[in-house]
Amino acid sequence: MATSTAPAPAARKGPPTILLKTVVAVTGVFFVLFVLVHMYGNLQILIGTEAFDEYAHHLRTFGEPMLPEKSFLWVARILLLVSVVAHVWASMSLWRRAGQARRTRYAGKKKVSYGRFYAKAMRWGGLALLAFVVFHILHFTTQTITVDGAYPSPAERVISSFEVWWAVLLYTVAMVFLGMHLLHGIWGAAMTVGLNTSLKRAEQIRFVSIALSTIIVVGFLIPPFAIFFGFIE
Amino acid sequence: MRISLKIWRQDGPADDGRMVDYRLEEVSEDSSFLEMLDLLNEQLIDKGEEPVAFDSDCREGICGMCGVVINGEAHGPERTTTCQLHMRSFDDGDEIIIEPWRADPFPVIKDLCVDRSSFDRIIQSGGFISANTGSAPDAHATPVPKEDADRAFMAAECIGCGACVAACPNASAMLFMGSKVTHLGELPQGQPEREARVLQMTAQHDLEGFGGCTNLGECSRACPKGIPLNVISQLNADYRRAGYGGRD
Amino acid sequence: MTDTVTRNDELIDGIYREGAPITDTKAPGGDIADKWTTRKFEAALVNPANRRKLSVIIVGTGLAGASAGATLGEAGYKVKSFCYQDSPRRAHSIAAQGGINAAKNYKGDGDSVHRLFYDTVKGGDYRSRETNVYRLAEVSADIIDQCVAQGVPFAREYGGLLDNRSFGGVQVSRTFYARGQTGQQLLIGAYQALERQIAAGTVEMFARHEMLELVVVDGKARGIIARDMVTGEVETHLADAVVLASGGYGNVFFLSTNAMGCNVTASWRAHRKGAYFGNPCYTQIHPTCIPQTGEHQSKLTLMSESLRNDGRIWVPKNAEDCDKDPREIGEDDRDYYLERIYPGFGNLVPRDIASRQAKNMCDEGRGVGPAVDGVRRGVYLDFADAIERLGEDAVRSKYGNLFDMYQQITGENPYQVPMRIYPAVHYTMGGLWVDYDLQSSIPGLFVTGEANFSDHGANRLGASALMQGLADGYFVLPNTIRDYLAKGPFTKITEDDPAVAEAVQGVQDRIEKFLSIDGTRSVDSYHKALGKIMWEKCGMERTEEGLREAIEEIRALRTDFWSNVRVLGSAEGLNQSLEKAGRVADFLELGELMCIDALHRNESCGGHFRAESQTEDGEALRHDDEYAYVAAWEWGGDDEAPVLHKEDLVYDFIELKQRSYK
Repeated sequence: MATSTAPAPAARKGPPTILLKTVVAVTGVFFVLFVLVHMYGNLQILIGTEAFDEYAHHLRTFGEPMLPEKSFLWVARILLLVSVVAHVWASMSLWRRAGQARRTRYAGKKKVSYGRFYAKAMRWGGLALLAFVVFHILHFTTQTITVDGAYPSPAERVISSFEVWWAVLLYTVAMVFLGMHLLHGIWGAAMTVGLNTSLKRAEQIRFVSIALSTIIVVGFLIPPFAIFFGFIE
Repeated sequence: MRISLKIWRQDGPADDGRMVDYRLEEVSEDSSFLEMLDLLNEQLIDKGEEPVAFDSDCREGICGMCGVVINGEAHGPERTTTCQLHMRSFDDGDEIIIEPWRADPFPVIKDLCVDRSSFDRIIQSGGFISANTGSAPDAHATPVPKEDADRAFMAAECIGCGACVAACPNASAMLFMGSKVTHLGELPQGQPEREARVLQMTAQHDLEGFGGCTNLGECSRACPKGIPLNVISQLNADYRRAGYGGRD
Repeated sequence: MTDTVTRNDELIDGIYREGAPITDTKAPGGDIADKWTTRKFEAALVNPANRRKLSVIIVGTGLAGASAGATLGEAGYKVKSFCYQDSPRRAHSIAAQGGINAAKNYKGDGDSVHRLFYDTVKGGDYRSRETNVYRLAEVSADIIDQCVAQGVPFAREYGGLLDNRSFGGVQVSRTFYARGQTGQQLLIGAYQALERQIAAGTVEMFARHEMLELVVVDGKARGIIARDMVTGEVETHLADAVVLASGGYGNVFFLSTNAMGCNVTASWRAHRKGAYFGNPCYTQIHPTCIPQTGEHQSKLTLMSESLRNDGRIWVPKNAEDCDKDPREIGEDDRDYYLERIYPGFGNLVPRDIASRQAKNMCDEGRGVGPAVDGVRRGVYLDFADAIERLGEDAVRSKYGNLFDMYQQITGENPYQVPMRIYPAVHYTMGGLWVDYDLQSSIPGLFVTGEANFSDHGANRLGASALMQGLADGYFVLPNTIRDYLAKGPFTKITEDDPAVAEAVQGVQDRIEKFLSIDGTRSVDSYHKALGKIMWEKCGMERTEEGLREAIEEIRALRTDFWSNVRVLGSAEGLNQSLEKAGRVADFLELGELMCIDALHRNESCGGHFRAESQTEDGEALRHDDEYAYVAAWEWGGDDEAPVLHKEDLVYDFIELKQRSYK
């Protein structure tokens, strides 16, 4: 047919775009649930260091004696790891597809662009979050990195770390990234699983994504700041 | 008013393009953006230079033929089609950068003209209701709730101009596709083919090489007809209902 | 029918010759209500297995072309479809706002096929063919069924049933609509049906292709020569029949509500090959368009006529007030001229009267708005009373989208300042002459939609253009063309055929000619000049003197064009100046024929107002005794006078009446 000057497109390899988007969305929802639980655990430190240590210990013994020690923890860890891999892989695939879909860029730039900002915030910001998660695990889980000496009690490790200004700053910056990622991510996940089907629904989803991301960011930042300003010792 | 222009010039589909500077004096504020380009072209012809090729047809904002990116914005600073944009939206002395829609599934034919036949192929893959001429029952045989008819109409307002693709950071055509899926999916007549439609159209969309939606909403903000982002969510919902293409 | 044995060789009025009268031989006898059923029965059938051996070329993908392409494709014929736009979905049918008529009588207000038939014939000022119009009314109801089945989202009531409104002054509610975008929705429906057939392989689509010549072999239309506008290649496409659905020719006026690309080339090339052109002077001028703002203007935008339901039209009584802020002109200094002259109908007089009076006011020097060429061409359409009476919100809910469109284009807020309107060319009732089967005077060449002359007489009713396009494409042509195709497949012809080679050569020569003139004036400047002549002298009001001047001026302009036009670039690849040059060259010939037709028709009817033929109080005066015929013009040859063939209009079922709106 002579209707097109375009070469016939090569068959698109790989999974359908909407399936990739769905992988990102569903794993994203899993992360949201995870960070909510994580935040709940962190806030135990407001009750006291014992409560916090108790909570940390329970994570290891959850399901005992039916299950061996740390089994719940490892199941959760494996699930999270798989999710991270899937989330990053699907996002990177979409990123690559987007790049191939526009190989010539615009010379003119729109002055204010929510889209341009968030496209970067999700992708580069997402990678930054990934780097932070690695640091965070090395810091608190494996204790490969120490901020202010090594302590056997989890609560002491937390408190000693957040008495150091740059650790507070680092975690604050990370939480701002997390907030941005959640703000658009929750909205996007709802879009992708097909919840936004009217203008009213859109408003509700906006509200939920703003509320959840705010709660999570604030919830995570309360302990470090409380420690830094000496409310918890 | 006086304006300076930077316009993408490209001789043919296989040629390299470049930005070329032009100056225009005495542009009427009342002229449309395309009439400003008409004026430029008349002056170029006088000078013996080839005029700038750009697409337009109805020039009343409905056919979807026109469309260029103006200072980084699809159809320019107002939420309308390029043909309905008027020079009063610019200031005396402005510099205006004019580029074609940029997306690999929309290859440039010449200057500001692009080939959007990928949109037609997406419609061919399933953007219709199969109803042969003469086979239709009486129009009143199936009442349609007004809300459904209104939502179908809202989605059916798409003019297929491609601004959504041009504005999307991922060059995705999901607003275009979502509007068709929503239009036909809201109507009782569209139900029998609803699942097949969404699967086939999305497969064609991917095949054409459009990117994936990241729910940023730039498409909807650029859409001259103001089609809301929720048609994409509808597309996703229908795709989910169709079993993500995994069903036979 | 192409032979003109009895051609009268004497030049009449120095401008045309008269040939033998013609008649439509296809409409069967019997009662008007039975004719279409009879014709469908009598038209030969084509065995389904043979259909894919029969090929049809369709030029144009508007309502008439896309619907025909889809329907013939569904039937199993081999269809090739052409459009100059980048996609079939862009055809200018898309811009129709108001609605589509159908004799459904869903409102139970006394509508019927016969009433729609009657209204259409009367609205056409008794210059259309009864049989064709009756059939149009008859199939109108099927169109709505078909469109709903395709998913066209017509406006609905809360009960889920379709809504109707009354439109264009008729007294029944028979207009179906989809907000102000009915044409768009209907076209998208037809486009999707067409795309479905493209996917099925029955229709092959050639977008960005322009038909530049008709191929006639042994007296039959057998194909077209088209230029691929992207590669520049001149291609030959051969078939068993050719359908032109290429729209109207309003762009001969340069400024019109037509799309930029609308052109007469397909019809005109066919005309030059022997197809008669029917009633070329019948042009519809729409009264409520946004006025021109200056020389830069490239097109005019129509606003729905419904605005006249609540808006009041006026101009200042004194020419000195014309540049004042309208809000500062007192009630006593305003002339609500339509209410003054036509107290019965007021602002709701028919389109042609409203248009002509607006022109009269501006010619008197009482127009408003910016002056173009020293004349202010605009009148006020004032909603101040309506806003006071109904409230701004009510006005907004009724006309909000139109007000927004006005503000977008003019930069003025019509809620505060009166709108300015002026008439603009909108539709051409004339077109290629066709018989009841929609076949032109060239066997095998069929013409549908606005491109033919058949259904609207001298004036078209609102919401009837969409009806005709779809009636022709979905229901009429597929049933009549089979009678012709059943005689096929015709002798196979190849690209080596002398007639084909000659057509290709002609197209190539013309392209080379355009590129080699290398003159000093752009194509657009000629188009604008032609438009001015046509608008001034063959527009709303025509006089013998003006038309004679126009003919001379057009001839001079045409001569100048062929020696002084400047078309840059090459024939290879996209070249928009070259495309325009071909179109304007054809307009320059058509314009002359329109003036000749207008000159020979010394009566006022419908959209054609001859100043010499008016009543004592300045109203249009028809002469049924002399002019109750279709003027079908045969091409006389380059620099030769055209030949007039008259088809007498016989009214067996409707009584002729002179209209009056006083």
